Amino acid sequence: MPEVIVTKNLTKKYKEICAVEDLTLQVGSGEIFGFLGPNGAGKTTTIRVLTTLAKQTSGSVWVAGYDVKKEPEKVKKVIGVVQQHLTLDLDLNVKENMALHARLHHIRGVERKQRINELIDYVGLTKQSEKMITDLSGGMKKATMIARALIHRPRLLFLDEPTVGLDVQMRRRIWDLIRRLNGDGTTIFLTTHYIEEAEALCSRVGIVNEGRLIALGKPAELRQKVGLVAVETLIDSKFTRYQYFPDRNAATEYVQNLPSEIKTIIIRDSNLEDVFVELTGKKVGGDER
Amino acid sequence: MLWVDLRFLSRNWLKTLATTLVAPVLYLLAFGYGLGRGVTVEGYSYLEFVIPGIIALTAMTTSFNAAGMKLHVDRLFYKCFDEALMSPVSPFALIFGKTLIGVVRGLLSTAALLVACFAFSPLPAISGLFWLTLVVTCFAFSFLGVLVALIAKSHQDMSVFMSLVILPMSFLSGTFFSLNQLPTALRIVLSFSPLTHTSVCLRASALGQPFPWGSMAVLLGFGAAFFGLCFVALRRASL
Repeated sequence: MPEVIVTKNLTKKYKEICAVEDLTLQVGSGEIFGFLGPNGAGKTTTIRVLTTLAKQTSGSVWVAGYDVKKEPEKVKKVIGVVQQHLTLDLDLNVKENMALHARLHHIRGVERKQRINELIDYVGLTKQSEKMITDLSGGMKKATMIARALIHRPRLLFLDEPTVGLDVQMRRRIWDLIRRLNGDGTTIFLTTHYIEEAEALCSRVGIVNEGRLIALGKPAELRQKVGLVAVETLIDSKFTRYQYFPDRNAATEYVQNLPSEIKTIIIRDSNLEDVFVELTGKKVGGDER
Repeated sequence: MLWVDLRFLSRNWLKTLATTLVAPVLYLLAFGYGLGRGVTVEGYSYLEFVIPGIIALTAMTTSFNAAGMKLHVDRLFYKCFDEALMSPVSPFALIFGKTLIGVVRGLLSTAALLVACFAFSPLPAISGLFWLTLVVTCFAFSFLGVLVALIAKSHQDMSVFMSLVILPMSFLSGTFFSLNQLPTALRIVLSFSPLTHTSVCLRASALGQPFPWGSMAVLLGFGAAFFGLCFVALRRASL
């Protein structure tokens, strides 16, 4: 599996603030790689460096084999980017936004029209293709941004918090779209602070906190590090204690030995949030544990 | 880059043209017909004198706003300028593309104003040099608009620049009065305003005077400087 993204000791500082520190990472071709962490952890800054929007302070970054600092024009040709915030031109309709992007990528004439129609159909926006952006729902806007990012057939697609602010139904439609894209051969690098999103989609995840990569691997491998089974016990009806065990038997044995005054006990599979909390002492949303 | 701005213009052309022409037509009525009636300046009626000045300031404000404000909104509010930055379009094409809408709108507005002027007075002599001056002016101020839009960190920054630079330039750069009436020191200060050179060139060509090539050279110099600074600002936009 050739590597599509390689970073070595990537550091990005804004004046005295270190947004990303010493990040070393590889993402292979065909992966859905999840970059997981709380708001302000450095996820978006990392994407901005990888997509040439910001220059690293130190360290090396290659995307599709190109050095992002020395060969940004080549990087731009092989990546598609869907940013966290809305980046559509609100003065244009769906088709026009895509046509603008196609023109920026030098896709001309008949090919441009065909590609726009194909992608609008792909993301299910055929009926909305002539609508102004302001007349679309949040999910439709996100789908338009994804379709637009695919217009030049990128090898690597960056999705920065692709489902933030969307309702559950639309979130699942976007997940299906991401899986379909990956199935069609596009490598996906996505950032999220939704644990379930990372677990549902990603073949590997990197967990980042305060600009540093604190864990990297397959979701199951990371869960194994803290224990595959979690036991939650509500103490004095005030706070929850979490304990982790390698298997159900060990968890059950622990529960059987708990004092009888503890009334609320939950045994469940551990998840990436447990991994994050164990590693940082914080919840992914940012609250102290 | 121009295509997207032309799409917007084609949808809003009437509103855009009307709002662009309100101020210059009011200046024409208030200063040209109101205050200036019966006044002569340097041997010409005040109306003949002031029309090139009003055309100069219209070219400046329209091209600056058209290029600057749309880019400013795209960059800081719609955030869609990021998409252009992440595309394989050269910095030259980006800057030039965002500039062209300023030039197009600047020329359209001045042409419309000339038609409006025709309703009030005989048209000034519109020679090739008159249009050359307008084209160079529109390019120079469009580049300035793009430059300020690339540097501005907020809407307030744009407003501050408009209030502290564009507005004083509109009134002081020989648009409404002859610079020959001013003390030498003030004339020297005002020679640093590109609009002064636009006014001088337009007035000379409109009134059939010898064309001031020195002022044209200065105007071209300002345009080239603003263009160069746009590259620096664009590079700093991705740090």
